[in-house]
Amino acid sequence: MGHLLFDVAHLLAGGLVLLSLVLLYQDRLSSLLNVFALHAVVLAASVSWQAFAQAAPHLYVTAAIALLFKAIIIPVALHRMITRLGIHREIETAVSVGPTMLAGIALVALSMVVMLRVTPGADPLAREDLAFALSVVLLGFLMMVTRRNAVSQVVGFMSLENGLILAATGAKGMPLVVEISVAFSVLIAFIVIGIFLFRIRERFDTVDVNALDRFRGEQR
Amino acid sequence: MTLFGLGAVTLILAIPATSAVILFLLPSWRISSRLNVAAALLTFISALSLLWQRPAPEAYILVDELNVVFVVLNTFVGFTTSAFSASYIAHEVETGRLNSLHLRFYHAMYQALLFAMNLALVANNIGLMWVAIEMATLTTVLMVGLYRTHAAIEAAWKYFMLGSVGIALALFGTILVYMAARPVVGEGLEGMIWTSLMARVSEFDPALLNVAFVFLLLGYGTKVGLAPLHAWLPDAHAEGPTPISAVLSGLLLNVALYAVLRFKLLLAANTGAIAAGPLLIVMGLASLLLAGFMLYRRRDIKRLFAYSSIEHMGIIAFAFGVGGPLANFAGLLHMTMHSLTKSAIFFAVGHIVQAKGTQKLADIRGLTASHPALGWSLVLGVVAIAGMPPLGIFMSEFLVVSSTFATQPLLALPLVAGLLIAFGALMMRLHGIAFGPPSENNAPVKASYLPMLAHLALVLTAGLYLPPPLVEWFQHVARVLG
Repeated sequence: MGHLLFDVAHLLAGGLVLLSLVLLYQDRLSSLLNVFALHAVVLAASVSWQAFAQAAPHLYVTAAIALLFKAIIIPVALHRMITRLGIHREIETAVSVGPTMLAGIALVALSMVVMLRVTPGADPLAREDLAFALSVVLLGFLMMVTRRNAVSQVVGFMSLENGLILAATGAKGMPLVVEISVAFSVLIAFIVIGIFLFRIRERFDTVDVNALDRFRGEQR
Repeated sequence: MTLFGLGAVTLILAIPATSAVILFLLPSWRISSRLNVAAALLTFISALSLLWQRPAPEAYILVDELNVVFVVLNTFVGFTTSAFSASYIAHEVETGRLNSLHLRFYHAMYQALLFAMNLALVANNIGLMWVAIEMATLTTVLMVGLYRTHAAIEAAWKYFMLGSVGIALALFGTILVYMAARPVVGEGLEGMIWTSLMARVSEFDPALLNVAFVFLLLGYGTKVGLAPLHAWLPDAHAEGPTPISAVLSGLLLNVALYAVLRFKLLLAANTGAIAAGPLLIVMGLASLLLAGFMLYRRRDIKRLFAYSSIEHMGIIAFAFGVGGPLANFAGLLHMTMHSLTKSAIFFAVGHIVQAKGTQKLADIRGLTASHPALGWSLVLGVVAIAGMPPLGIFMSEFLVVSSTFATQPLLALPLVAGLLIAFGALMMRLHGIAFGPPSENNAPVKASYLPMLAHLALVLTAGLYLPPPLVEWFQHVARVLG
């Protein structure tokens, strides 16, 4: 039984890293959103597995939030938004796919080296979870840096946040995990959906962040 | 008696939280702006009572020597800023830049911000502190975007992106601290409580703590505005309503710094962990020098003072990085003086921008001739922030420099260079703004001078005479900081 617990947790966390890499090279917004929904589903599965393995029922709440909010509500809302705006065409990336993927692989390697080296004492499950989680976080950063489109930056941020939830649930017995995931959902829901995209659309008829760059302050 | 102390903590959290809800529901902005001031005043009075009576630490709430300083300073500046904000928004409504719906939202967010900052300061739980700082970020992002201009939206978006990245890094660091604590302190709530972490930190795994601190420093350091993570700060200051610039500079940066200091204390208590001081020194000096040079190239009055905030946060981080009773004392004093002076400057700048109808430095000239009271207050504020004697900032900067000379003389050279560079830039700009023939566009403005003058009077008094109880109090806190 111990082996099974470990292997399934490992599989799910590894799947999350893989999906983060898949997110990196999606060049259409609608497919990006689909992969993100899958990312959230895997996260929900991973969190529920942790809830089962650690016998911590409150983690099921976090899993439910991930499933409902991030795998269903947000992707559906964003899908509607991009269809209405007519922007399911290609996303412009600041860096092309090849270098991005190489950088992504380097980041995964880096996080393995860092986390596995500093946690020899921790139990193997938590330790590898943490290494995977850091990879997901760093891949999320990479995505936020390489994308120019507001929607894909938000997807990058949400995938990053999935990594944090993975880390928090992997740390056995960590308190406030549910509160933290709620706080994150509020952050995302409130800002991104409610205010920003609405306002950005209202002002520019586009969600391309490049359009915003023209309005920097301090013009000569 | 403990009930009384507990009551004060409950009050500094409950008053802003309830008023946020009430202000959101109230349709009339005239009443709201007064209620906002009243609520902030009540919060300040409750915070003052913490000076005499502190509750014992609990699972979620901790009031000790260190955070009382921050709480009192925070609630005081929160109160004076709300008074300034009342006259500021009256003008904004007259000119039609904001309507009553915006203001309902604005007032509710203002109180929510005060609540979040107080919660972050009194939290005895690293997870709760993280949630509170996240909430403070959220409220300020919303307020920065309030004007809905292109520039405001860009500033808010940038702030949101960089702020979230910072917040995310800080959470990862928080999780790592819990991981380090778990084998020693045990699972569950205990592993996130400051007091139990501090008690047993010497047994934690140092390698894990080191990695955790790097994440926390980068995460909360983003919110402090330390270079190279400061990019959001000037835009957020320049494009939001000016009262928000004042609370951002005067308060939110301090709250983030408080979080960094707490974790620095944690690291200092573990003999195997790296020293946090040098990291803070490097980031502090980088911020000071970078901001010093950037000050010369500013064309926008609010961005000018935003860069000056980066400079001063750099000095404060540097002082705490050097450490020791004297440097810590200087850092605390400098933080207090900077909060008071910078918010006074923003009060003046808010009204100046309203009078001139522009934020461009080139279009603001000869203020002492056209608006004597505002102009001279700004002159006094800028002279103070630049570090001229006999004002308070001169004294704290002098202490920072002299304590650095005493311990690490070589480090004092870049520090003094940075101070002089920034001094030159501010004096050059001040000359253009305040003196010479006034520019056109001199609308009269109904300014509230009281908050501004109260702050400047405090700064002047502190420069001339520091009351012994205050010195004793700060010295005690400085010793706690190690």
